[in-house]
Amino acid sequence: MLLCRTRDVDQTRALAGAIAALVGVGDLLVLVGDLGAGKTHFTQGFARARGVAEPVTSPTFTLANRYVGDLVINHLDAYRVEELGEAEDLAIPELLEDGVTLIEWGDRILPALPGDRLEVKITLGDDDDERQILLSSMGRSWTSRSGALSAAVGPWLVA
Amino acid sequence: MMTTGSPTRSTADRILGIETSCDETAAALVVRGTDVLSSVVSSQIELHQRFGGVVPEVASRAHVELLMPVVSQALVEAGVADNEVEAVAVTHGPGLVGALLVGLSAAKALSLVWGVPLVGMNHLEAHLYAAFLEEPDLEMPMVFLLVSGGHTMLIVMEDHLRYRVLGSTLDDAAGEAFDKVARYMNLGYPGGPVIDRLAVDGDPTAISFPRAMAHDGWDFSFSGVKTAVVNHVRKHPDVDVNDVAASFQEAVVDVLVDKARRAAREVGAKGLCLAGGVAANSRLREKLLDVCVADGYRAFLPSRAMCTDNAAMVAAAGWWRLQADGPSAMTIGAEPSLRLPSI
Repeated sequence: MLLCRTRDVDQTRALAGAIAALVGVGDLLVLVGDLGAGKTHFTQGFARARGVAEPVTSPTFTLANRYVGDLVINHLDAYRVEELGEAEDLAIPELLEDGVTLIEWGDRILPALPGDRLEVKITLGDDDDERQILLSSMGRSWTSRSGALSAAVGPWLVA
Repeated sequence: MMTTGSPTRSTADRILGIETSCDETAAALVVRGTDVLSSVVSSQIELHQRFGGVVPEVASRAHVELLMPVVSQALVEAGVADNEVEAVAVTHGPGLVGALLVGLSAAKALSLVWGVPLVGMNHLEAHLYAAFLEEPDLEMPMVFLLVSGGHTMLIVMEDHLRYRVLGSTLDDAAGEAFDKVARYMNLGYPGGPVIDRLAVDGDPTAISFPRAMAHDGWDFSFSGVKTAVVNHVRKHPDVDVNDVAASFQEAVVDVLVDKARRAAREVGAKGLCLAGGVAANSRLREKLLDVCVADGYRAFLPSRAMCTDNAAMVAAAGWWRLQADGPSAMTIGAEPSLRLPSI
């Protein structure tokens, strides 16, 4: 696990961009954090770093947004998924074949998710704008990249 | 039957509308884009009893189960037989892909079986046409503030089927901010009506929440005010909930109304019109009416039933689209990210 700290939204976006450089088709990131933690900001920085020019908006209502940068970015939201069975409707296995997938509120549907994933837990810091970001690599696909991941987020790592 | 403002060419007037883009399963029968013979929305009827519980919110499966009973009910209430329907208009985007496909597949099947035209409709365009169901003679250009759980847009309607999108949200939709703030404070769902109600007993000036981008361009941002509420409640756990509700609502409404007002001025609009579920918010209606009176514009505030998702608006917009563009191809697909056609 890697613990990072960002001072403001711009740093959270930059950290997400650094992680984005490591991903490819089939990767899954699960974004966990309370309301206002900055899950959508994270995705904005992530998508921008992969060449998405259009605004990345909250997927809460539509459940799934799709952006095309230098790869396809699927931006999902499990906030409104009330039952695990409804998670099937997100069609996650199909999306994974297509590009990289980020799921906000993904902790609500963990049992429905593949084992290979990066969990990004964002918590509010002492300051209004500060955030603590805990990265957990799950499954071989991510543990094998742990060196690269820790180098990528180096500037924000908490010693 | 009303004919005001209608094109003279008319081949299919009695249109069945179908709407399944999100949570509501809806069907309606509308004549010539204005005369609503029936409008059935699944949440208004007791269909869920047949399924032994509350109908799931998100699942497309609920649409599958509900759609044909809802369509039948719309036809019965309208007193229209199957063979009297002259076209089928259906939302094909934007929305949830699985949900859209249910309505679209059913509409294609009905269109083939009945041998009538299919019209694939844009959900956002349909929201604008809700206004014409209650006010067929709206003068244009008209500025629309389309505010719902999924959308926040400022649109100029130059003429029928001709729009210019001035701005939209860069992050959260206005209705989404209401829902999330309500959920954070455990006020219940849906958040809009709850906050509206609590705000009546609160002081809108108690807390100064940010008015993001209020004087800056046409786009909106509601992520910041949501986070500001969370931060405030974290630091002041004993804060008066009514004051938070009123102050938050005031911040959102201020931005919406200020931008709509500036837009109306800038484009020389004949009036300002609300659309979408958040248009039911009483403070938004009140403030919009105030600025319209002050500036001498016509304010049009549709009824609550026409603001939220329904199929009458789909049938109404479908009539205009059919006149202008003819039927859609049977190969038309669900388009989750469909945008409003802009001139």
